[in-house]
Amino acid sequence: MGESIGRPMVEVRNVSKSYHRDSIEIPVLQQINIAVPEGEFLALMGPSGSGKTTLLNLIAGIDRPTSGEVIVQGTNIGQLNESALARWRASHIGFVFQFYNLLPVLTAFDNVELPLLLTNLSKSERRNRVELALKLVGLADRMAHYPKQLSGGQEQRVAIARAIVTDPTLLVADEPTGDLDKVSAGEIMDLLDRLNKEFRKTIVMVTHDPRAAEKAHTVTHLEKGELA
Amino acid sequence: MKIPLSYSWRSLWTRRLTTTMTLAGLALVVFVFAAVLMLAHGIEVALIDTGSDDNAIVIRRSSTSELVSQIERDAANIITTLPQIARGADGKPQASTETYVLINLEKKETGDMGNISVRGISPGAMQLRPQVRLTEGRMFRFGTDEIIIGQNIARRFQGCEIGQTIRFGESDWVIVGHFAAQGSAFESEIWGDVEQFMPSFGRPVFSSVTVRLRNPEEFTRFKASVEQDPRTQMGDVKREREYYREQSALMSSFVRILGLLVTFIFSIGAVIGAVITMYAAVANRTVEIGTLRALGFRRRSVLGAFLVESTLLSLIGGSVGIGLAALMSFVRISTTNFGSFSELGFGFALSPSIITASFVFAVTMGLIGGFFPAVRAARLNILTALREA
Repeated sequence: MGESIGRPMVEVRNVSKSYHRDSIEIPVLQQINIAVPEGEFLALMGPSGSGKTTLLNLIAGIDRPTSGEVIVQGTNIGQLNESALARWRASHIGFVFQFYNLLPVLTAFDNVELPLLLTNLSKSERRNRVELALKLVGLADRMAHYPKQLSGGQEQRVAIARAIVTDPTLLVADEPTGDLDKVSAGEIMDLLDRLNKEFRKTIVMVTHDPRAAEKAHTVTHLEKGELA
Repeated sequence: MKIPLSYSWRSLWTRRLTTTMTLAGLALVVFVFAAVLMLAHGIEVALIDTGSDDNAIVIRRSSTSELVSQIERDAANIITTLPQIARGADGKPQASTETYVLINLEKKETGDMGNISVRGISPGAMQLRPQVRLTEGRMFRFGTDEIIIGQNIARRFQGCEIGQTIRFGESDWVIVGHFAAQGSAFESEIWGDVEQFMPSFGRPVFSSVTVRLRNPEEFTRFKASVEQDPRTQMGDVKREREYYREQSALMSSFVRILGLLVTFIFSIGAVIGAVITMYAAVANRTVEIGTLRALGFRRRSVLGAFLVESTLLSLIGGSVGIGLAALMSFVRISTTNFGSFSELGFGFALSPSIITASFVFAVTMGLIGGFFPAVRAARLNILTALREA
């Protein structure tokens, strides 16, 4: 991957996105331009339907813009074919979902290990990394637990461990506190804040929660598909 | 790297009820499949093992079996003196001129009549068939009206106890022994002196001549000697094992074709069951599929994971089915052989090739059942899948 000194970690250039429902074109994002520097903690806020999750998905490489470019660390991800994009996601993106999206049949350890199965690391190296990630999120003693044996907050912490275990360039979080009580939400935001400050992780987060957004360095508002 | 096997395995275990139901369906079909093959193989084993590679049998040309074959005494005398035939310790050729007829006896269980093969043998016959051994009583004496009865007939037909008398061929015959023959077709026969049976049945000719060759390689020369001599050229020479293989072909093929046809119809049901199970698995795990794809797993990894799951399902179902079928090895059946129209006892015989064929059949059902659901899983759009959360 070409890394360019002085360029932002994420550049969203003139990006528009629209969906087709039957023959009707529904615009979701229009001419968006954003630059996210390395080490940034950006919160995307806005009412439902404003296009913030769509923008996050475009940055994460799980959706493609109708027009414009999304460049992450110098790579125009819109030009990658599906296979290359999957490989790129595996090595560059850490996902944190609102509903954690852990695989219920796998233990916390196995869930965190999943992204490492796409690398060339040996079994012992994978084990070390998983243990380190789970220790970092404070769940070293819950490795053998299945998701249903964990609280919501703990599940989200396992999900964060899964997101950071490959040491990705960028963490994308979609409503990471949306399904949590106030205390757990606070803990999760403290953890993301720590990842950003201590480990210099660039984070782009979609949230409705103003308290969550307080941890971000920058808050960008979207309304009706445009930057407010 | 692929999605871990533990994911597929535990996903199956999570849906215990549907997994068990599908397994039961697959196991049942594999059971029927394996049992049919075992039955057909059992018939072949019973008949083919009746023959020996060292022996050759001469029946009349164009005859399909001993039952319709006629070998004149003069021709039989010439055949039994051919040089390719092994000699016994007494210097005599190891050969048996035999007659083969069917009689009717009453079955113990149902009282119905069944066809029984009666074989008149020469004194040399026991040397030709070392697998035959007496289980009760003694060997009959040549030149008398004594007979011995195969244990399969003794078990299933009335009046076959030692000391009892059976009437056939307008004579009364005293049973002096029961014999076994390692599960071969001889166990379903009655044996006595050919020279006593022939006048009793009013038959002036033999049915067949069986000889032991000096070595199996002499077969070609023995065959040429018989078939080129104008006095014996009405004879058709076959290796004994080959003759019995032909005798088994009609019945084993019938069982195999009919059985496999039934199994095929059953298998459609099992495959539909597997398809429903796997489609349900995909539908229930849409978000998981979306998550795996978002994490960077490719479509083919998802396809592989679901195919592995359906293959695991079929392997377990196949193992259970084969295990149940293996229990059938303890069952023995006795019925009329279409080839000879006589009673034949045989069992379900398992073989490595049947186990392999059953597993291949099971996995094929699993793969067919899992393929379309797996393709559907692999083709899911990431965003659509994640929105199911």
